[in-house]
Amino acid sequence: MSKELIRLQRCTMAFDGDVVLNNIDLEIRDKEFLTLLGPSGCGKTTTLRIIGGFTAPTSGDVFFDGARINDLPPHKRNVNTVFQKYALFTHLDVFENIAFGLRQMRPKLTRDEISRRVFEMLEIVSLRGFEKRDVSRLSGGQQQRVAIARALVPRPRVLLLDEPLGALDLRLRKDMQNELKRIQQAMDITFIYVTHDQEEALAMSDSVVVMDGGEILQIGKPEDIYNEPKNAFVADFIGESNIVDGVMICDGTVEIFGRRFECLDKGFARDEPVDVVIRPEDIDIVPLGDGMLTGTVTNITFKGVHYDIIVDFKGFKWLIQTTDISPVGGRIGIRIDPDGIHVMSKSKYSGMFGDYSSYSAEYDEISDATVEAEPGDAREEGYEE
Amino acid sequence: MRNNGAVHGAFRSAAMRFFSPRALAAPYVVWMAAFVVAPIVFVVIYAFTAGDGAFTVGNFAEMGRFVGVFARSFWLALISTAVCLALGYPAAYILARESGRVQRAAVVLIMLPMWMNFLLRTYAWMSILERNGLLNRLLGALGIAPLDIIYTPAAVVIGMVYNFLPFMVLPIYSVIAKIDRSLIEAAADLGAAPRAVFTRVIAPLSLPGVLSGVTMVFVPAVSTFVISKLLGGGKEILLGDLIEMQFRGAAYNPRLGSAISLVMMVIVIVFMYFMNRFGEGEEGVAIL
Repeated sequence: MSKELIRLQRCTMAFDGDVVLNNIDLEIRDKEFLTLLGPSGCGKTTTLRIIGGFTAPTSGDVFFDGARINDLPPHKRNVNTVFQKYALFTHLDVFENIAFGLRQMRPKLTRDEISRRVFEMLEIVSLRGFEKRDVSRLSGGQQQRVAIARALVPRPRVLLLDEPLGALDLRLRKDMQNELKRIQQAMDITFIYVTHDQEEALAMSDSVVVMDGGEILQIGKPEDIYNEPKNAFVADFIGESNIVDGVMICDGTVEIFGRRFECLDKGFARDEPVDVVIRPEDIDIVPLGDGMLTGTVTNITFKGVHYDIIVDFKGFKWLIQTTDISPVGGRIGIRIDPDGIHVMSKSKYSGMFGDYSSYSAEYDEISDATVEAEPGDAREEGYEE
Repeated sequence: MRNNGAVHGAFRSAAMRFFSPRALAAPYVVWMAAFVVAPIVFVVIYAFTAGDGAFTVGNFAEMGRFVGVFARSFWLALISTAVCLALGYPAAYILARESGRVQRAAVVLIMLPMWMNFLLRTYAWMSILERNGLLNRLLGALGIAPLDIIYTPAAVVIGMVYNFLPFMVLPIYSVIAKIDRSLIEAAADLGAAPRAVFTRVIAPLSLPGVLSGVTMVFVPAVSTFVISKLLGGGKEILLGDLIEMQFRGAAYNPRLGSAISLVMMVIVIVFMYFMNRFGEGEEGVAIL
């Protein structure tokens, strides 16, 4: 475990009384790949901007390598940023964009030194031969790589990346994810990455920080965040989850739908009401007689590797991912292994997520709406929450 | 019935041709031809002909005695442009960083004087600068000796700066206001101190605005004639006055006037050509 590099201590950010960051504490270790993950407006970009020095917290402290840096302007921080829309200098060519940071260094670097480092960086981001190009004539992926090269060439301790892959198409995003991870390991520096894409966060990060409403909900390794979400928001935001009300009977036993299930969770009060997360891939389809629960298949969607099927259990619809096909309308039994059940304490997010009742109805609703868009229609009201 | 339909169709297509978007430009094209292109053609013809209509370059030869007027006009225009740039750039720069409301209000204030007649504004400056004018009374009240500004080149420069300053501020302001804030943040992020952010990013990106401002001030400043007459007292005439004198008044000589106009136009065009060459690569050189 490497040592702490950056620490945010009780940081609050408010604009005109509007709190966008609420008293957060965050430690970032040296050389780790940390991702701030959350929906738009959760405060992740504000957190990044505080670390970059573009804005100072309304209250609280920011430490870098032990020193308080609240009032240190961006140009004096050993931190560089890859901006969301790249923010390349349109009046400079690729070479000069990348050389920009080197030309600001004091004592001045020699012309040869600058040229050597720029070409070395062009090599790393595979843009050799593009140095004399106009940045506006590059594709999105190429501009992206210029932005990364420009930020890395001064050899910062930390690279901040603000949704850098947002503008790229899916294929390119996947390639760039691998590329970024490779660059981070090659440069051996800290990356702080902001995204709303949970897949991206899981694929690249050493640590994931899940945020919502200006607060940090959970910090952990991708596997831990996925397997042990702290509340319904995290469970729903990271991957697909069926979240149902349960009662913790005792350590290792939880009751759902009036039936007792064996689980691995402990430490709850007796008969404590809880949220229970069951991941769609942890549910096994078994013959009716062997099932812990039985339900009716209401919808099937082919996803390539597996089928997404929606199963109705006593009016509550679950999403199950399986490679076995079961016909719509068919009755099936299911089994859940103890490690497929995850129990969470109730939170303000309880009851807001993890219900797939609207899953199949969604499509009906859309097609209905075009035919009969009558306001106050009884059927339409039926779909409202 | 069929036939009728065909006739109707033909009529419709004729109507559409008449009202096609190109046709809608006709009034303006006619206007331009009559009042811009034709006068230029006349100027060229006049400049190259003698009284009897024969081709001559004599009109240009005659201009030799006005070299001083040319030099003075260009010199004063250059000074005025430089002063406008020195005053206008910081104003535009500061304005562009203000809040939206302040910006809108300030732009209206900058344009406000332009809604008043040019002559009136210049007369107003006469009453400010004259011997017993506002300025000298103010200085007198403060116990400072009066200044002899009126009827000097300085007064002409003041008049030109006052009248043309908005044409410098507005294009620079609109270019700076459009610079993406994240570019400024990126420069600071890469280690540029505020001064370097300005010289390496903001200044080069605002160059198109500066070029268009310089053009819009310099060109009218070179050819101005009312200002020099009213504020300069007509002692040291400028190109505009010289040309005016050839068309109306005692020294009536439209052929010489045309020749001077032509030479002035050519010099201005060459000047603008080099300005635009200088700013090449800066896309969207906005000449407002």
